Amino acid sequence: MHGAHAPLFFGCMQAERKLKTARVPGFPHPLINGELHHLKLEKGNLKGASELSEYRLEMREVVKTFPGVKALDHAQLKLKPGTVHALMGENGAGKSTLMKCMFGIYHMDEGEVYYEGEKVSFKGPLDALKKGIAMVHQELQPITERSIGENIYVGRYPTKHYGPVTVIDHDKMYKDAAEVLEKVRLNFDPRAKLSSLSVSQMQLVEIAKAVSAQCKVLILDEPTSSLTAAEVEALFTIVNELRAEGVSIVYISHKMDEILRISDEVTIMRDGQYVGTWEAKELTTDFIITKMVGRELTNLYPPRSNTPGEVIYKVEDFTSINPKSFRHCSFEVRKGEILGVAGLVGAQRTELMEGLFGLRNHSAGTITYKGKELHVKQPKDAITNGIAMLTEDRRATGILGVLSVADNISVASLNQYLKFGFMLDDSKIEKLVQENKEKMSIKTPSSKTQIQSLSGGNQQKVLIARWLANDPDVLILDEPTRGIDVGAKYEIYCIIAELAKQGKSIIMISSEMSELIGMSDRIMVMCDGRVTGFIDGDKANQENIMELATQFE
Amino acid sequence: METKAKKMDAKAVKNFLSNNAIILLVIVLALAVGLKTDNFFTIKNVRNLIINMSPRFIIACGVSGCLITKGTDLSAGRQVGLAACLSAMLLQSVDYSARVLTGLPDIPVVAGLVIVLLIMACFGAINGCIIAFLKVPPFIATLGTQTIVYGICSVITNNQPLGGFKSSYSKVATGSIAVIPYLVIFAALVGVYMWFLYNKTRHGKYMYAIGGNENAAQVAGVNVSATLIRIYILASVLYAFGGFLLGAKAGGASTATGFGYELEAIAACTVGGVSANGGVGTIPGVLVGVLVFETLKICLQFLGVDPAYTYIAQGLVIVLAVALDLRKYLAKK
Repeated sequence: MHGAHAPLFFGCMQAERKLKTARVPGFPHPLINGELHHLKLEKGNLKGASELSEYRLEMREVVKTFPGVKALDHAQLKLKPGTVHALMGENGAGKSTLMKCMFGIYHMDEGEVYYEGEKVSFKGPLDALKKGIAMVHQELQPITERSIGENIYVGRYPTKHYGPVTVIDHDKMYKDAAEVLEKVRLNFDPRAKLSSLSVSQMQLVEIAKAVSAQCKVLILDEPTSSLTAAEVEALFTIVNELRAEGVSIVYISHKMDEILRISDEVTIMRDGQYVGTWEAKELTTDFIITKMVGRELTNLYPPRSNTPGEVIYKVEDFTSINPKSFRHCSFEVRKGEILGVAGLVGAQRTELMEGLFGLRNHSAGTITYKGKELHVKQPKDAITNGIAMLTEDRRATGILGVLSVADNISVASLNQYLKFGFMLDDSKIEKLVQENKEKMSIKTPSSKTQIQSLSGGNQQKVLIARWLANDPDVLILDEPTRGIDVGAKYEIYCIIAELAKQGKSIIMISSEMSELIGMSDRIMVMCDGRVTGFIDGDKANQENIMELATQFE
Repeated sequence: METKAKKMDAKAVKNFLSNNAIILLVIVLALAVGLKTDNFFTIKNVRNLIINMSPRFIIACGVSGCLITKGTDLSAGRQVGLAACLSAMLLQSVDYSARVLTGLPDIPVVAGLVIVLLIMACFGAINGCIIAFLKVPPFIATLGTQTIVYGICSVITNNQPLGGFKSSYSKVATGSIAVIPYLVIFAALVGVYMWFLYNKTRHGKYMYAIGGNENAAQVAGVNVSATLIRIYILASVLYAFGGFLLGAKAGGASTATGFGYELEAIAACTVGGVSANGGVGTIPGVLVGVLVFETLKICLQFLGVDPAYTYIAQGLVIVLAVALDLRKYLAKK
């Protein structure tokens, strides 16, 4: 059964590829001509006209306003069949909002969605899925305690009938699930619990779900943010196959090299507005960045003028209570030094840092800080000694979503704003907010705004401000620029460089090699829970980092 | 453009209506009852209402902290009952024939109150520790302590109602300064203290932080366990104070005292905007919630509704309040 399905899959691919090469070249630049479209659409309302429509999915003039912010300002997206369409823009440019409007998760104020030539408005993701539009979210929401098959068919289980009684047809479900798993090259029993899979495999399950619904439009939101290089390759193979079958793919990502490799067309958004659509092969990284940011970025990394001094923070033989996690880790950080931490996913970098910060338990090892031994049982112990940690997952362990920007900035340093020894001085807190708002150009309507309504980059700045309010000497930054757009990234690099210049020690975990090489004085490389080596920043390159990062025992 | 503005207005009105549905409903009900009967909007009735509200407001203040941290306290009502019984036992008149603690010398009312508050604080500490250290979900933890507290109350009172209070204890409820009853003054003091605590102290900020995102609060250096324990202790102290006042007000106490108060308090908080999603809620909101809930009860009473039916009405209001509250957050997503 699996065998019978696979050749069909590849056969389609070839046919589609021919079609595609015949069509793409002669297009004007930029690709989309709005006027023509209105004409076509009037016809499109007639039955049968859908085949004539050039676009499979079209979003037009979408406007969405949130209190105080115009999230989408006449945004549009036009998706051709059998293409990979990259949707790019800085964080807060409105990419996710646009997708949510299409799925009916948000109700748009103005605008229309046309799918296969017909005007549609979806009631929600499941409704869209049934009609052939699926989305794989950046943050997966799997039901980990249920089987792979159930996760694929949740909400639309195949059923069978015993007279008036309808029950779930498990045999059919698992048989079908096995077929779609085959398609996404996931060699797992569909009856296995989802929790036995890695994050990248769970992502493939999501794609399998889309395949099982015979989706014609697949939206991938930052699909590679937690994948290793090999997993990215595997994903690209699947994306290519789907494209060849005629599936339209919307690919949301910040990673330029991926975009240029995989996509056929690129739509760029800025501040909720549509900037333009181009053919990917005509584009360069610089051009994309210029369009996204609206200005030219000459340097990716700011110049650094910090000078590492004496050793301030020294870790020896640090070992987790979990034998599979970090073990026998030793390293030191100098005053005013930026220490990059490299490693593959699963190298236990985050776990080590969380252990050092008191969020995880350790069974052995010492921390020597400013010449004295430091015992850290809970984050408070580290914080009161001037150590700060910006965690990896902003939403899970960073922001206090429903609380105000002011509360979020001040929560770690409330002891400083007391009057009479017990009462908080609101004016001091307001001063702190205003200072930071200016210094780091945090975009927020007011200090009372809920932090969850800010963009990712601004949330991150608020969190950095939270830690800086304590004037720490050592800052542990875990993926400080993850999911942050190019412009805000540069601002955060500047902040990091400035802090190092002020004599603060920075430990920066990052999965972006270029960021580590561009920002670090020294790079510590980890593999499988161990520190496997150190490389000086000016001698580091992809190859010598990867060599150390793959030293498995 | 004009239609858009109208649309926005219509939406805003709709939102306002659904966000305040229960409050508006009760106002309409009160007006209707006021028009139908002639002794509803009287000073006596309003005074009655405010006196009834006072202990309930104090109890609701206690529950609000638990709710804001995404917890709950189902033992509130039984703790109120135990506190009332303890107060009764300590403050029975020395010459009362059925005095329980016969050997006890006459103790001043304030001393009795302090003893009751201290004993009840221990129950709060137990609740807090179970939730903070054993990580038992607050719903289950306090469901357990609810039963334990009731058991203890039955044991120490031997299931007999207690009466014969000394006059200085009863006077706590009946006395007043000028026209303002002591009860109202106590409630006002508690309200001001809690407002200050929630808005102007580190404890308050940490409480909201835990409700907003417990993991993030911990990373930011908040001592989550200590804060939770403090919240549950404070809650129990407030239940104790509420129970002490209720005993004085009723002139007697039994194991049935405080029955169902936890749900009234939770409902009042929710009606007043304390979110079951955590991180949101204010003391003025709690006050409004208690006012609405008590008004509802008095209205039903005036309409001559059988007390048995009022339970049904109250239960519906609780579910409706939580549903409307959650709807607000769902709509935002």
